Amino acid sequence: MRRAIAIIRASPLSITGVALVAVVVLSAVFADLIAPFPEHRGAVVDFTNFNQPPDWPNIMGTDLVGRDIFSRILYAYRISLILAVVVLALAMPVGVTVGLLAGYFGGWRRYALMRLTDVFLSIPPLVLAMSIMGVLEPTLLNGMMAVTVMWWPWYARLVYNITLAEREEGYVLAAEVIGASSAHIMFREILPNCVPAVLTKMTLDIGFVILIASSLSFLGLGVQPPTPDLGSMVAEGAKYLPDSWWLTVFPGLAILVAVFGFNLVGDALRDILGADQ
Amino acid sequence: MMSGETTTLDIRNLNLGFRGYTGTTEVLHGVSLNVAPEEKVALVGESGSGKTVIARIVLGLLQSLPTSIITGEIRFEGQDLSRMPPADWRRFRGTRMSMIFQDPTSSLNPVYTIGVQFHEVHKRDDAGVSTAESKDRAAAILREVSIEDPDRVLDSYPFQLSGGMNQRVMIAMALANEPALLIADEPGTALDVTVQDQTLRLMHRLVNDHRTSVLFISHNLGVVREFADRVYVIYKGRIVEDGPTAAVFREPRHPYTRALMAAAPRITGGGIPDIADDQEAFLADHESHAGELPAGTGAVRDG
Repeated sequence: MRRAIAIIRASPLSITGVALVAVVVLSAVFADLIAPFPEHRGAVVDFTNFNQPPDWPNIMGTDLVGRDIFSRILYAYRISLILAVVVLALAMPVGVTVGLLAGYFGGWRRYALMRLTDVFLSIPPLVLAMSIMGVLEPTLLNGMMAVTVMWWPWYARLVYNITLAEREEGYVLAAEVIGASSAHIMFREILPNCVPAVLTKMTLDIGFVILIASSLSFLGLGVQPPTPDLGSMVAEGAKYLPDSWWLTVFPGLAILVAVFGFNLVGDALRDILGADQ
Repeated sequence: MMSGETTTLDIRNLNLGFRGYTGTTEVLHGVSLNVAPEEKVALVGESGSGKTVIARIVLGLLQSLPTSIITGEIRFEGQDLSRMPPADWRRFRGTRMSMIFQDPTSSLNPVYTIGVQFHEVHKRDDAGVSTAESKDRAAAILREVSIEDPDRVLDSYPFQLSGGMNQRVMIAMALANEPALLIADEPGTALDVTVQDQTLRLMHRLVNDHRTSVLFISHNLGVVREFADRVYVIYKGRIVEDGPTAAVFREPRHPYTRALMAAAPRITGGGIPDIADDQEAFLADHESHAGELPAGTGAVRDG
């Protein structure tokens, strides 16, 4: 722990990352307290005050129906984070299990599982998610499912490769010698040795999941109005560039802050856990 | 040696082949060997002679490999393992038979403390063993391998201990469930010679105290000469010579055994140093040095 703090303090980028993530997480958690107009996250219309440039009290301006953009960004963060956490909570266990099974057993199981993984990886992620969302109704839940389906193969590959290396370690043979079951060896002996890499990837991925989810809603295939979403806010405002720049720039910056922050924290975590070795 | 007691390990006419793309590669050609209760038997041969595969077959680890073809009889404490379903065979592993490997540090999982790993081993024998009881038992057997502060070692991770320390932990762990047979596959080859010597002496005393049979696999003739009661020499998958250690070393009959002995590394030009053949002198030597053991070997590396 002391070493972790030392590594973070030694690197300005890590400090920036931690600060950005703190800002994103805190704004999502305390959106109700921070937002000047909490009711603007819903279907509120205020045509007396629409499309206003940044000014007090709307520090980031107002959108086309007069809602406070700053308030909506705070609530959009909340949804993005929930989505990212749910996606990773579903994708990680599936991918990890597939990777462990394929890496530990080898033989036909390896070919079946890893070729299946390759099939998913061979389709460009956004195209895959788009086709799923095109078939299903564009709701938050389906968005999560679509992103999950394209996300688990990366964990399968990561864990598969670590497992291949770890299963040659002496402690795996030692466990086989004392008669430990395959499940015990996979989940109790090998899995703990994958944790640093998986944890690092998850942190990096929060940013990327937010980005992909935003891309989906940018294309109109994600969260639907009036629920605030960074991607759809950018898409809506893009039509009015460059005159009403605040419609696009602030939600865009919000995406940038989240993705950049989680990436930097992921890099710091990799240094702390030594996962790249 | 074949008294009225059941032989601990009795291998008869063991053949092993591996199926490959170009046909079957024969690895073992009718190997027969036996280990009596409390007997220390060495299996000596060069790399690739088939020593390690015999150990793996006895433990039942090679049978699951789809490319292996194994025939022959393996009796363990009177029971025919070769006719036993794999699940029953597994019951013996870690309880009645156990194994020590070349590299002690990689044989311990880096993410668990020694204490936790001891607990796993104890659970193999008695699934309901409590943490406290396991800790007491582990501490007791660690003291037997001259670890003076077992509590600290039990709370340590393998990478916090030296290689010699880990080797002693491995020996203690292998004997934790009082197995009838211990298979030692070139133990301590990854360690430096002095530490290897110390741990082998400890192992020798421990298996005597616990009345454990040992199948000692090695290419190191000096070690074998000190350790084993009886020697099998294996060459290209065949046992070419066997007999009591002293006899085999005094007058090797097979040309390969003579070649093996001639190949032992010399420092002074005198071949293997002349060590008294009787075990009493060997152990007496250990006792007189016992006090010096822990000082240098118990070093903990900085975390």
